[in-house]
Amino acid sequence: MERLIFYVLATVAVAGALGTVSFKNPLSCALSLVVTFVALSGLYFQNDAPFVGVLQLLVYAGAIMVLVIFVIMLLNLPDVQLEQERVSRQGIPLALFLLGPLGVLVISRLISIELGEKPEVNASFGSAASVGELLFEKYLFQFEIISVVLLVAIVGAVVLAKKRL
Amino acid sequence: MDSFGWLLLKAFIPWFVLLNMIPIMIFLERKGSALIADRIGPNRAFIPGLGLRMAGMVQNLADVVKLLFKEEFVPNHVHRRLYVFAPMLSLFVSLTVGAVIPMTPAMDLEGGVFQVQGIDANIGILYVLAISSLAVYSVTLAGWASNNKYALMGGLRASAQMISYELSMGLAVVGLFMVYGSTSLGDMVASQNDTWAWVLPRWGVFLQPIGFVLFLVAGFAETNRNPFDLPEGESEIIGFHVEYGAIKFALFFMAEYIHIVVVSLLIATCYFGGYQIPWVSPETIQKPDVAAMLGKVLLVGGILVGCVIGIQLLKWHLSNRKIWKDDRKREGLVLSFLFGWIPALIALILLVAWDGTFGATGAGLLGGFIGFLVLMLKTLFFCWLFVWVRWTLPRFRYDQLMDLGWKLLVPVGLLNIVLTGIFVKLGIW
Repeated sequence: MERLIFYVLATVAVAGALGTVSFKNPLSCALSLVVTFVALSGLYFQNDAPFVGVLQLLVYAGAIMVLVIFVIMLLNLPDVQLEQERVSRQGIPLALFLLGPLGVLVISRLISIELGEKPEVNASFGSAASVGELLFEKYLFQFEIISVVLLVAIVGAVVLAKKRL
Repeated sequence: MDSFGWLLLKAFIPWFVLLNMIPIMIFLERKGSALIADRIGPNRAFIPGLGLRMAGMVQNLADVVKLLFKEEFVPNHVHRRLYVFAPMLSLFVSLTVGAVIPMTPAMDLEGGVFQVQGIDANIGILYVLAISSLAVYSVTLAGWASNNKYALMGGLRASAQMISYELSMGLAVVGLFMVYGSTSLGDMVASQNDTWAWVLPRWGVFLQPIGFVLFLVAGFAETNRNPFDLPEGESEIIGFHVEYGAIKFALFFMAEYIHIVVVSLLIATCYFGGYQIPWVSPETIQKPDVAAMLGKVLLVGGILVGCVIGIQLLKWHLSNRKIWKDDRKREGLVLSFLFGWIPALIALILLVAWDGTFGATGAGLLGGFIGFLVLMLKTLFFCWLFVWVRWTLPRFRYDQLMDLGWKLLVPVGLLNIVLTGIFVKLGIW
């Protein structure tokens, strides 16, 4: 049963990711990405990390993608505004050269994975409290640094958008 | 009590309750608006033969029949798949949100402890926020897929509004986490049982008054109800569902009403003690001797109330008989049996047949049922508040809406968190 749920969620996630890059309509692409996020969130839930799963839904599916869709709707792009991209002959070896090692690495890792039962974790694993403890004690410095980076980005966005403050 | 059947029951009851709240909400809305606007409200539709109008409740049946049998029309210019998908998503989201709300206290039955709560997850209210954040998509997609300027405008307004107010709702909820030290709704309700400041029950509304106001305002905005119904705005743009008809439109409406009920349930659960009766713990009610006494009081009271209702309705029937010439003249008679004599008779039979004692299971079930009734009473009050506000206040202007959300509610929410932190650290709460 558990494995069945995993395979369903994983298939949905991969299908959503494929849809994101292959649909013509920008809104359909964005929606496929939402499907991927929802499936990923399900996977987090399955792996005893409900808090991360909820954040995945809340932040990515519920806020960021809504903004993306908001922008797409505001621009109201026609189906394909870009010219049909053609794959050039020279591009293929370059792509193979750049992505080949990564592919080999990923595939070798995938083959070496042994399918087993999910290990037991203690009850507090993945709860809001344990994530909070990690975030605000062990990784406090990194957390603050990221906050500052995000703040810089927000300030930059406001400055770029509003020339006269 | 973890077998599949029990889990199914746990999942089924919240769903059933939420769906059945829709006709009650429609009834409340119609009669409430009629009351406020000094009208009578729906009173024409009746069941042939019995003449039942039920003060307008039967109008719902007529509406459902109408909406189901209308032509399933899909305009030519819409994005067909998303157009059909959006109303389904909206109903799905609002029904799923209710799954984490504890509807009854933990009932101590013989086979184990049973509590009606779809998902007893630790994340509790975070789940609510996460799922309801998906509700934006239904409105936005409906607006976009309709391929209509006004619908698109409604969708855009909805997405901006719901993202903005989700933030203040989240901030209000953080205060609750700090006070109760848990994100699980079950824990939250359980810890609202004690008394605080000598007499007050330890309800969220007393511990978090600012947070309560924030949550209420954000709840109104999240459900797209007046004074925040700009996505709909029927007097200016008609809104995101302008291209929808028949049952697809009805799905949006059902979703809106379920959303109202869910927000009311959440307010009752987080800020008004949920299924708790103030100063009485749910365990007390479930003690066999207390339950036996309560049962007797309920049965005797049921007989008395049933007789009074029966007599009143019979009087009404006698006056009705002179007015109506069609089936409606029988309404009072049928109602007096339906709500007066038959319940009174059942109560009488139960009182005579019952030996006056309860086992653990009976006491637990009675306690759970009373808890459920208490929760529903609180919820209905807030449902009524939604109706009341809708028919009392005018709509915000769009810039006022954004100002209120970002310049007032968010700073107040942050301030509330700081204050709560200080109070919690000082040990006052």
